[in-house]
Amino acid sequence: MKMPAEDTTAAPLISWEKRLQPSPVIAVLVPVLSVFLALGLGAVFLAFTGFNPLEVYQNMLHGAVGSRYGFSETIVKAIPLMLAGLGVSVAFRMLLWNIGAEGQFYMGTFGASWVALSFPELPFYIMLPAMFIAGCLMGGLWACLPAIPRALWGVNEVITTLMLNYVAILWVDYLVYGPWKDPQGFNFPLTVSFSKAATLPTLLGTRVHLGLVFALMAALLLSIVLWRTRWGYEIRVTGENASAASYAGMNIKRNIILVMFLSGALAGLAGMSEVAGITHRLQHGISPGYGYTAIIVAWLAKLHPAGIILVSFLFGGLIVGGYSVQTSGVPAATVSMLQSAILFFVLGGEILTRYRLRIGRKGGK
Amino acid sequence: MENTVLITILAAAVTAGTPILYAALGEIICERSGVLNLGVEGMMLVGAVCGYMVAVRSASPWAGFLVALLAAGALAAIFAFLTITLRANQVVTGLALTIFGTGVSGFLGKPYIGIPLPLSFKKAPIPVLSDIPLLGPVFFSQDVLVYLSYILVPLLGYYLYRTRWGLNLRAIGENPAAADALGVNVFALRYTYVIIGGMLAGAGGAYLSLAYAPSWLENMTAGRGWIAVALVIFAFWDPFRAVLGAYLFGGVDALTYTLQASTNIQVPVFFLKMMPYVLTVIVLIVVTRHTLAKRVGAPAALSIPYDREER
Repeated sequence: MKMPAEDTTAAPLISWEKRLQPSPVIAVLVPVLSVFLALGLGAVFLAFTGFNPLEVYQNMLHGAVGSRYGFSETIVKAIPLMLAGLGVSVAFRMLLWNIGAEGQFYMGTFGASWVALSFPELPFYIMLPAMFIAGCLMGGLWACLPAIPRALWGVNEVITTLMLNYVAILWVDYLVYGPWKDPQGFNFPLTVSFSKAATLPTLLGTRVHLGLVFALMAALLLSIVLWRTRWGYEIRVTGENASAASYAGMNIKRNIILVMFLSGALAGLAGMSEVAGITHRLQHGISPGYGYTAIIVAWLAKLHPAGIILVSFLFGGLIVGGYSVQTSGVPAATVSMLQSAILFFVLGGEILTRYRLRIGRKGGK
Repeated sequence: MENTVLITILAAAVTAGTPILYAALGEIICERSGVLNLGVEGMMLVGAVCGYMVAVRSASPWAGFLVALLAAGALAAIFAFLTITLRANQVVTGLALTIFGTGVSGFLGKPYIGIPLPLSFKKAPIPVLSDIPLLGPVFFSQDVLVYLSYILVPLLGYYLYRTRWGLNLRAIGENPAAADALGVNVFALRYTYVIIGGMLAGAGGAYLSLAYAPSWLENMTAGRGWIAVALVIFAFWDPFRAVLGAYLFGGVDALTYTLQASTNIQVPVFFLKMMPYVLTVIVLIVVTRHTLAKRVGAPAALSIPYDREER
């Protein structure tokens, strides 16, 4: 696909015209339309591979929200997406491309599990806060590993954060296949179950756990920090114009490290609430790619905390719906394909908030 | 005895470095034109799976290889449309491409897991050259795709530094407005080089599934696409230096594999597997500090969408 060679003497027939102000209507319309366009594209794919797309989507919808159990599972899957998505968003806001949420999530599960397995006798009122802190700390410190070279020497954080994902996953694998393996676990790669004190309380007989409260609180706090504090102002200004921020005397290097720590800590908290709320033990493959999905969630929500909570429900539903149609042979990868297709349409549509498409030549006729 | 072990490892380094080399060369072309495509991992996976599917059905690895180029090129064309025409954020679009490529390859490849390849690219020693001591077994007892990369590197270097087309390619990455003023079609050329870059990533993927480890496994690239992106920085956007880097990483890959196989080394396999990733991080830090000191850097217009009205 090639652009038509542009003739410089006459205005082209179709051109982008800059809007004086970004259109808020289109800013909301684009993500909504994107979801439907992606579902349409997915339907074509499904049809080509011999599935009835309507039936698949109907089953997915039913699986995700059609029953009390399905709906509660949708929330369960949304919780880690919310927390990791909030973490990703705060870094992205400063144009720090932290794509290491997956690894930071794993390090959060590691920190929390270390507390739970090392001190099983602790009462819950010490155990849970300790796991909370350990999870945040491990996730945050893991994010500092790429943040420090980025702040000091401008080392590309996209690559370093991503590489560390593989390292973190291998580290957890080492533990659950090696020293932490449950001796009575029939050789499965998982640790012993945590003590009762190390499990998060759940809601009314479902698997929905206290992590939901963590996520909602985090979203609220993040909104306050971003729009009501000086530091939040600095983050937003640095993201929009780094050199202006620097001239204004903001300490960008310090902020890079602090923001990455916060970003990693939120992903680590997602990991902590997953082990303490759902699995109650550390195990191989504890995240089915939450850290990567969180990136899509954050971008789709335009990095806005409240939007991230909303989009996380949608994507949680997609994951649960995806599980429920796997039994009828639909590949597991369908969901990640749909998710990234949504992101493609959002990315492509964003130009419409800043520009309008002009058909016909400028100045009439 | 020790000599043969060394030669085996060096030869394996070249083999393991080749898929990274193809992908890195593609990314060099793409980034030189001013476009940062972080979807290399996704394009490699799609190349690997499409190549494998076609090679299984047609029993021809060459047909698979060609389809891998086309499929990855098509994916790159989507990226080009989003970032060049619609001016979408290149970092996020690249990530989306990787996630999409991972999903699509998992979707398409599911029925092909465990299906054997009837015919793969086999080692084909070059008659006279392979008899040279050391160099022969290391460089000239490889498969045809490795030989192809030997030709590709100098060809690309010549194109980039010695031809008018190469000059234009570098110009649109450094100063697209000036190139535009001189009558170079920035948009058309960026489209072209993004797509060529994608095809080379696809070649790297196909090398994995058709020659290196003839099979299809979900996520079989295991981060090699990202290592290729890191390698571009390591290579200062130069094809010749990319060879060096690719074989270095290939060497670590090969060494890891050898150590895993040997029984008298007690390092847990998980730590060995971490090596390429840790090495990438360390190398990137060292090289970035070096580029800072020497003031060699990325193409000036890298990852900035070109907008005629804002020049």
